[in-house]
Amino acid sequence: MGAIERFANPNRFLGLARPCLPWLAAGGLLSLASGLYLALFSSPPDYQQGESVRIMYVHVPAAWMALFCYVAMAAAAGVALVFKHPLADLAARATAPVGAAFTLLALATGSLWGQPMWGTWWVWDARLTSVLVLFFLYLGYLALANAFDDPARGNRAAGILALIGVVNVPIIKFSVEWWNTLHQPASVARLDGPTIHPDMLWPLLLMALAYKLYYLYVLIVRIEGEIAAGKLRALQRRRARTADRTQVNAEARA
Amino acid sequence: MSRFRILLRRELALVMRHGFDSLMVIAFFAVAIVLFPFGVGPDPNMLARIASGIIWVAALLAAMLSLERQFLGDFEDGSLELLAASPAGLFPVAAAKALAHWLTTGLPLTVAAPLFALILGLDGDAMGTLMLALALSTPTLSLLGGAGAALVLGARRGGVLLALLVMPLFIPVLIFGVGAVEAAAGGYAVRPHLTILGGLLLMAAVLCPWATAAALRVANE
Repeated sequence: MGAIERFANPNRFLGLARPCLPWLAAGGLLSLASGLYLALFSSPPDYQQGESVRIMYVHVPAAWMALFCYVAMAAAAGVALVFKHPLADLAARATAPVGAAFTLLALATGSLWGQPMWGTWWVWDARLTSVLVLFFLYLGYLALANAFDDPARGNRAAGILALIGVVNVPIIKFSVEWWNTLHQPASVARLDGPTIHPDMLWPLLLMALAYKLYYLYVLIVRIEGEIAAGKLRALQRRRARTADRTQVNAEARA
Repeated sequence: MSRFRILLRRELALVMRHGFDSLMVIAFFAVAIVLFPFGVGPDPNMLARIASGIIWVAALLAAMLSLERQFLGDFEDGSLELLAASPAGLFPVAAAKALAHWLTTGLPLTVAAPLFALILGLDGDAMGTLMLALALSTPTLSLLGGAGAALVLGARRGGVLLALLVMPLFIPVLIFGVGAVEAAAGGYAVRPHLTILGGLLLMAAVLCPWATAAALRVANE
């Protein structure tokens, strides 16, 4: 509880988070550049998929991030509901568009890969369908969070929705194991160790690191923006109130 | 329990006094189903093949039509705040509302479905399974929809928003509901699908009123 209360102060949070930004940016760019170089030039083509396998280095980390962002968003929403933590609300709200973008990226790159490999842009297979549902959950969260005149009310309602939607996360994760469908099962995060060659694993992990650092960078920038927007709203309210009061005083004097 | 019964009786009395609301749901269900033969053509083989899907999708849409009203009236005239002030809290309120919604939409839909299945030419063996699956899953829709309806209270354009929120959550029910009817028509085991639908219902019955109550508390602040 101590730490949770300590960083509830927006200024203390910003004092800690702002110096991290250049490091996150540098680390993100470095891992993205080296990951892309390894993925596009120095990694071998797949014996079955040929050069198309390179789409995987964009697709797989994006799909990981789509799930990771949802879990992070729901966790932040849960902390906000239980501890009334003011920054957790902002973190959940700031995570949603990033997660939606990664989900869309995963769907789009998967579709581009599916055309040459499976011979179709889209199949109604369990994994694809459940990721599409995830995308709609993100859209619902964003729509609900922005549907109220009071942003705090929107955040809280959307937080409950995010927690309801968590049931979809295990369905997506295990869909390729529960239903035997077109989408291939996991090959990296397995109990018996990854089944892919290190030459392909390294660019994949570097890309995943780049995505994660990008997410953290955007998260901090967006939270900063939300805090600034909140301050602006408070100032506008205060000014409207003092304007009211001076007008009332002037009328009383007249 | 007596509190729950009073809440339920109040809900049902409100619905009864509004008159034709539950008939409207059936009328919408019928119109939505009648659109399909125009959309995909009147070929009996094709209609019989997709009958279960048509009935399920129409039932989902019809159930959703009346969701928004679950809490809106009480929210607008302030009775929701009085209900929240009762010592029992909002959990029984949410449960009673969901049950009343099911009694006035899900139950009529379940009873009416075989008639429409008949005119679409659904396999006769699947009729009982269709009713059983609908009876098991329409309460889940009422419970999930209740949570959605409570979340959009006071939102701009709440009705459209509600559809966007609850449709993704309805998809598992749709998958296993259609699965059960298809299995029955194809002569496969129906039990697994029905037990999963029952499991979804039990989960929703435990979790949804709780989420609905939390959403109502947020709306009352």
